[in-house]
Amino acid sequence: MNVLAHTWYMVVRQARNLMREPIWIVLLLVQPMVWLVLYGQLFKNVTHLGGFGTTSYVTFLAPAIVVMNAFFGATWSGMGMIYDLDHKFVERVLATPASRFAIVLSQIVRSALTAAIQAMIILVVALALGVRVHTGAAGWAIVILAAILVNSAFAGISQGIALLTRREATMIALANFIGLPLLFVSSTLLARAQMPHWMRIAAHGNPMDWGVRAAREVVLPGTSWGTVGLYLVFLLVLSAATALWATWCFRAYERTL
Amino acid sequence: MDAIVVDGLQKRYKGVQALAGVSFSVREGEVFGLLGPNGAGKSTTVRILATLSRMDAGRAEVAGRDVRREAGAVRRSIGYVPQDSGVDQNGTGRENLMLQGRVQDMHGRDLRDRVSELLEFVGIADAADRVVKTYSGGMRRRLDIALGLVHRPRVLFLDEPTTGLDPEARAGMWREVARLTEHERLTILLTTHYLEEADELADRIAIVSRGQIVVEGTPHELKATLRGDAVHLELANGRMDAARAVLQRLGATPEGGGDGRTLVSRVENGNRALPGILSALEQEGIGVESVAVSRPSLDDVYLHYTGRDFAAEDRGEA
Repeated sequence: MNVLAHTWYMVVRQARNLMREPIWIVLLLVQPMVWLVLYGQLFKNVTHLGGFGTTSYVTFLAPAIVVMNAFFGATWSGMGMIYDLDHKFVERVLATPASRFAIVLSQIVRSALTAAIQAMIILVVALALGVRVHTGAAGWAIVILAAILVNSAFAGISQGIALLTRREATMIALANFIGLPLLFVSSTLLARAQMPHWMRIAAHGNPMDWGVRAAREVVLPGTSWGTVGLYLVFLLVLSAATALWATWCFRAYERTL
Repeated sequence: MDAIVVDGLQKRYKGVQALAGVSFSVREGEVFGLLGPNGAGKSTTVRILATLSRMDAGRAEVAGRDVRREAGAVRRSIGYVPQDSGVDQNGTGRENLMLQGRVQDMHGRDLRDRVSELLEFVGIADAADRVVKTYSGGMRRRLDIALGLVHRPRVLFLDEPTTGLDPEARAGMWREVARLTEHERLTILLTTHYLEEADELADRIAIVSRGQIVVEGTPHELKATLRGDAVHLELANGRMDAARAVLQRLGATPEGGGDGRTLVSRVENGNRALPGILSALEQEGIGVESVAVSRPSLDDVYLHYTGRDFAAEDRGEA
């Protein structure tokens, strides 16, 4: 129970700090908006190729952009840990009985919370652009859940790397290194039917694609709830695994003290 | 009962023997100072006692609990004020204190009252709801200390409490620590590389040099091992040898140092010996330009026990 309580206390701290500078949430939204509005317009005729499940490219794109944004946010989440390590906040907490797992978990939860807020904002903008979620309110919830799970899965990895390297430069390099490849080897921007065969196969192993497919499934007509559930469970398991790995990295960090 | 027992502590850090068998004990209610130059191993010792670092060999108990086997219990009974703060700069003073109390299992009214009391006690109540970023160095340091006290610990570790503070803030911090020992029933282990700080604050001192404790005792005891006070005489007409002979006749021990005009010697009680010395010199016709009597300082003690100059060692020379 301590884990949950302590995680909560630390998340409250982080959420409060985030709210002190809400400009960050807005700044972080610039990029997804560019994708949604500009990229969505530029490629709006791409649906003529077929296999998109809709004639509106922006409707096809919107749930994927929500997930993509959650993914990119996650790759950066280790920066928060590095900040707390550098400012010795972590050390201070380590001299108390605070749950070690909570220290790691609170960073992941903060990251996921940010992704959820951004997801809602992106969905509202998408609504204004004429995107209608086929399954209604439940669909909105699923899209946001997919964003949360994709975010926490990758946030766990980002936290682990932050703890192992403790250098911002390494974090940035790695985020750039894995970010674009995972984006392109997925159905985020293009219908699966239009992807080269090998990429379609490779996308099966891309957790970002799991999130995109779950989210898109509830936005477009012909929703298969089984597919949605399956991908969400995959993501849930992965999130748990990366959170545990990050905790293991935290223990490794403690041993270096 | 001893609040802290340290026995044969050893620790290697990146190939360097940071601690080479440190042993000491601190009685309950005492202010104990670990004094030494930068890199002597003071912080490493405190970090091990605060359960942050692991020792390679040795044994340590804090508040009756083994720091290795009962780390959880130790963490509940200690307050740790690290050298480099560790406050959340984006949070307010009050928020920092509340979080610290919560992870120590304090709740509700008890916690809120305690936090308000401490804010008042360390004198930052007016700034309690401001973000720490806006605090001055001295205010931040006082918040640091309050953070270590929230859960009413039995033992407080102060790692270099005044490093980086200007002289005025340092004097303020000294008053704070002195008040602390009256206000809270606490055992304090503090580290410092300021000799005058250890002298001012600590009931007992251990001098640490290169991972080992060189000598231990009250500031008074340590200084008493250097017999007597130093008398500095600046002579008007340079008759050094004649003056030295007079001093020796009066039982003073000449010391090295001084320039061609100044003579340093040790006498049992400087203030009492001075009139006699001055009149004897006058009878010999030796003019005295100025005179100063100084009590032995911890600088002298450090030099005496390690054979090295404290200031030079602190700067990383020698």
